[in-house]
Amino acid sequence: MVPKDKGLMSMEHFVEIDWQQVDEIIEKYNGNREALLMIMQDISDIYNYVPPDVVPVLVNKLGVKESLVYRVATFYKTISLEPRGKYIVNVCTGTACHVRGADKIMDALEDHLNIKQGQTTDDLLFTLQGVRCVGCCASGPVITVNQKTHGGLDRASALETVKSYD
Amino acid sequence: MAKLENREALKNLRNSLQAKFQDSKKKLISLCAGSGCGAYGTAKVYEKLMEELAEQGLENEVEVKLSGCHGFCEKGPIMVIHPEGIFYPQVQEEHIPEIVEHTVKNGELVKSLIFKDPATKKKITHEKDVPFYKLQKRIIFGNNGVIDPTEIQDYLSVGGYAALEKALFDMSPEKIIDEVKESGLRGRGGGGFSTGIKWASCRKHEGERYVICNADEGDPGAYMDRSLLEGNPHSILEGMIIGAWAIGSNEGYVYVRHEYPLAVKNFSMALESARELGLLGKNILGTGFDFDIFISRGGGAFVCGESTALMASLEGNPGLPRAKYIHTVEKGFRQNPSLLNNVETWANVPVIINNGADWYASIGTQGSKGTKIFSLVGKVMNTGLVEVPMGTSLRTIIFDIGGGILKKKKFKAVQTGGPSGGCIPEKYLDLGIDFDELTKVGSMMGSGGMIVMDQDTCMVDISRYFVEFLKDESCGQCNPCREGLKQMLDILDRICEGNGREGDIELLEELGGMMQKFSLCGLGTSAPNPVLSTIRYFRDEYVAHIRDKKCPAGVCKPLFYYEIDPELCNGCTLCAKRCPEEAITGKKKEPHELNQDKCIKCGICYDVCKFNAVAIK
Repeated sequence: MVPKDKGLMSMEHFVEIDWQQVDEIIEKYNGNREALLMIMQDISDIYNYVPPDVVPVLVNKLGVKESLVYRVATFYKTISLEPRGKYIVNVCTGTACHVRGADKIMDALEDHLNIKQGQTTDDLLFTLQGVRCVGCCASGPVITVNQKTHGGLDRASALETVKSYD
Repeated sequence: MAKLENREALKNLRNSLQAKFQDSKKKLISLCAGSGCGAYGTAKVYEKLMEELAEQGLENEVEVKLSGCHGFCEKGPIMVIHPEGIFYPQVQEEHIPEIVEHTVKNGELVKSLIFKDPATKKKITHEKDVPFYKLQKRIIFGNNGVIDPTEIQDYLSVGGYAALEKALFDMSPEKIIDEVKESGLRGRGGGGFSTGIKWASCRKHEGERYVICNADEGDPGAYMDRSLLEGNPHSILEGMIIGAWAIGSNEGYVYVRHEYPLAVKNFSMALESARELGLLGKNILGTGFDFDIFISRGGGAFVCGESTALMASLEGNPGLPRAKYIHTVEKGFRQNPSLLNNVETWANVPVIINNGADWYASIGTQGSKGTKIFSLVGKVMNTGLVEVPMGTSLRTIIFDIGGGILKKKKFKAVQTGGPSGGCIPEKYLDLGIDFDELTKVGSMMGSGGMIVMDQDTCMVDISRYFVEFLKDESCGQCNPCREGLKQMLDILDRICEGNGREGDIELLEELGGMMQKFSLCGLGTSAPNPVLSTIRYFRDEYVAHIRDKKCPAGVCKPLFYYEIDPELCNGCTLCAKRCPEEAITGKKKEPHELNQDKCIKCGICYDVCKFNAVAIK
């Protein structure tokens, strides 16, 4: 566990990487370099981000250039090279949610968590992100917290939802 | 289950499952477990239902199926009780004891749960009579509500893999391609290119051919592919196996968004069970045909829906599109001939093979055949997925199936085609929609998103919204798209902030024309569509923003303010109670006042007032 008073930058020192698990993930894809993105996504599912210490290992085992790993990691939105919170709150900003007031929900959550979208709370509990459509358009506005979807929200119920994870 | 070695084995299994399915006297409760209903709490309802059935000793008499998306997502979680087809919308945990006691045990209706049509206020008991479903033609989407997507037997019991059997044993690859060509099927992913011609040209090229399913559904507001992947994965799979056989391919890929975890899960299960039955893998049904499919998860980049970008991504690279001097059917994935079709296109293939090209071509319009699934969302009463024949009018979809606009507001426009599409105004409501008609009015089919907008939607804000989206998603390789979008956003930003200048509209048009001509890929060439179509049909709103510094819809905060009309306000105090800034004051039963200095224009008072006393100025 991460002590609450530790800031974002010191986080890296606290992530203990389970190297065997990383190896297993790479093995699952037979060390195929075409699976680079999926390997990073699997690692991200465990740590909520891709710890930069993993990059040299990917370079080695997949036989790719370091620059490619960084290009892929920065091109795709599902990958972050910086630590993210235990709960990743995605506010859907797809068109259907937009016309039903997604920006108001984003405002309310920014206020409540005291961060801007794209940022993580100091206690590393929440990361707030805007996401372009989670495909639950009929239930908009929608937010997802990790893999759970919450629909039909307004300002008040969105706040309640996020508070329930506190 | 044991591997099926030949045609007879498949036929026998399917026949016995079909007979069992048709003769079943068991009560069947189908509970929607699609993502939309899931967001409203299907999991809890299911748990309670199983608990209640067990408590009543009914668990062996009643079958409960967690089905895929039924389409009427607005009213989720949806429950349908067969064989009667009793339709209960918005079912919650607390309703379960009543449902089990009355409907399941005694065959009586729970009156309080019966669906009430919002348009006519009439109560409707059966699923088939609900207007939302009644006017649809669900040849692709229909089985979603009756099968459990995680069970291959369920798919077989509704006649699944009959088309594959026919294709493998009764048709030559050439005949299959001709059939698809003659059906008139056009790609459902956006471009609308003839599927049959694409297949034929891929087969012509030598090399290790690949079959790819584009499930990178990136259009915000469209989710029919997600619902098919989650709710009926085998229909897509069957289409892909037929396609692979037709063009001579041994390896296929499904490129699906990482943001769709349930789709990934259900499709993976479908692959596994198909392998177990020998419908995928080596020597399929004893024909000597080898074919397998692998899943690749995309990383949330809109541009990866473009074919060349998708293939770059499949190869483990950033998803950068390339110029298409050489088509992907010749040199695509791994520099080999690649056949890429969208999810819905693949799901159409078994239907065509089963029923024949003539039957399929009898549905739809001259140039667009078959049905299309639209995701009807936004400010419309019944939101959800709607499958209608090509050529159905916008009015039928929005007002008859969709039940009209929410809160009796006025229809303003419908946006089709996602960020590459356009906004269609009221005067075209009677347009029969197909690929060609939508293009004529400056929009496009896209993947079938249909976002309804009312009087409270600002068209300048919407075009700003799309440009911002596309600016974030532009891959940055070519100047027209990268810089064009940035400049467009700057201009739209200043218009929405009240700093618009004379000549801005013309400048946007000029920029748009340049991008359409010179961008590298489809994302760039279609990127100006939302701007150009809103200028074409709603120029007066742009003028109001620029010249009068007003936002008539009350969206762009610097350009409007709220005011309480003392004539209409009866002093119910609701707005004052809900105002987060305490900006509204007044005595009970007397007109209230709004303090402009305190108001943050959050719009709560406007939303809650039942007497239309809060006005946008």
